[in-house]
Amino acid sequence: MSDKYIARSKAVAARVLGGEMMIMSAADSRLFSLSDVATVIWEAADGRTPLAEIVEQRICAEFDVPPDVAYRDAEHLVEELATRGILSISTQPIAEAVAGRPAAEAP
Amino acid sequence: MAAGLSTPRIVDTAHARQSGATVEIGGIPIFLQTDDEDFRRLIEDRYVGFVNATAEPGCQLKIHLHAPAASMPGDVRVTRSGSVWRIERGDFRAEFDAQSCRGWVRQSPNPYSLDAVMRIIHSLVLAEDGGFLIHAASGVRNDRAFVFAGVSGAGKTTMSRLAPADATLLTDEISYIRRSGNGYHAYGTPFAGELARVGTNLKAPLEALYFLEKGPDNRIVPMGDSDAAHALMRNILFFAHDPELVRRVFEAALEFVSRVRVARFVFAPDERAWELIR
Repeated sequence: MSDKYIARSKAVAARVLGGEMMIMSAADSRLFSLSDVATVIWEAADGRTPLAEIVEQRICAEFDVPPDVAYRDAEHLVEELATRGILSISTQPIAEAVAGRPAAEAP
Repeated sequence: MAAGLSTPRIVDTAHARQSGATVEIGGIPIFLQTDDEDFRRLIEDRYVGFVNATAEPGCQLKIHLHAPAASMPGDVRVTRSGSVWRIERGDFRAEFDAQSCRGWVRQSPNPYSLDAVMRIIHSLVLAEDGGFLIHAASGVRNDRAFVFAGVSGAGKTTMSRLAPADATLLTDEISYIRRSGNGYHAYGTPFAGELARVGTNLKAPLEALYFLEKGPDNRIVPMGDSDAAHALMRNILFFAHDPELVRRVFEAALEFVSRVRVARFVFAPDERAWELIR
């Protein structure tokens, strides 16, 4: 099974407010609040780390969820975020991705 | 980047000899140049209280008039190329260079087109400095400004009509918010709503932003930062989907809710409404 690679879109602005990750799409100026799990995935979406690795090392470790359930939920989540233009998904590493943590994240 | 808000430049020392009027809104004077004397008088009438003949305008907008056309205003389209913003609507075309703070508008001799251009230009200039225009009434009481935001029908006009004698109305429709040190100031604007009354040209430190909701009594209901940010973004005047502008407005909104008291204001639409506004 080929894994998925996810990268944060460059056409969004993101910032933590009151402990909540908020993201605004430049495409349609819509504002989104991410759940805790979505925030972890967003932060890890560097385009190089496979989704399975993000789920195993971040989601399962932090949220005490069985790996198969966590991966299935994560797949749904990243597809929804991709639909909204917040993430991009590929079966190959995404070269254009921004490395490291999101630059707009508040200190 | 756009002209610095705190260091207005002299765009033309001979502007006083040109025909036009300097309209200062939010502490930002813009020289509206027109060769048409009737339109100049219309400007002075439209923006009464905001015309400042002694201000040194940092920005200039040249107005080219054409004969009235039958075109409907329609939706506004704002696009950017480098530092130049192009603003188009059925009833006007305009360009504004954020770098030089100069621009032009081509429109028929009506005040509504110019109002729209002025609102958009101010929103663009404000975005450079963490400020914004918002669909909101606002007033000053006890030297502090209170902003009442909401969509049409939420109660902006009602709150404005109910303002007591010791309150000064800044606007019943479009509020003007600028960063000031660690806080914000609200400024009066000439952009009128249903009251059809130009606001008072005054500024005051901002005390609170309330999202209006009519109800049986008066209550101030706290909002979480996230809810406040969502509500604020829905009410900010926001004309372009330019990524850099989106980022600036987003940052401005989130910075605002982290610094200013933002709450829901459930109010009874009678004179008791202002009892909690002090």
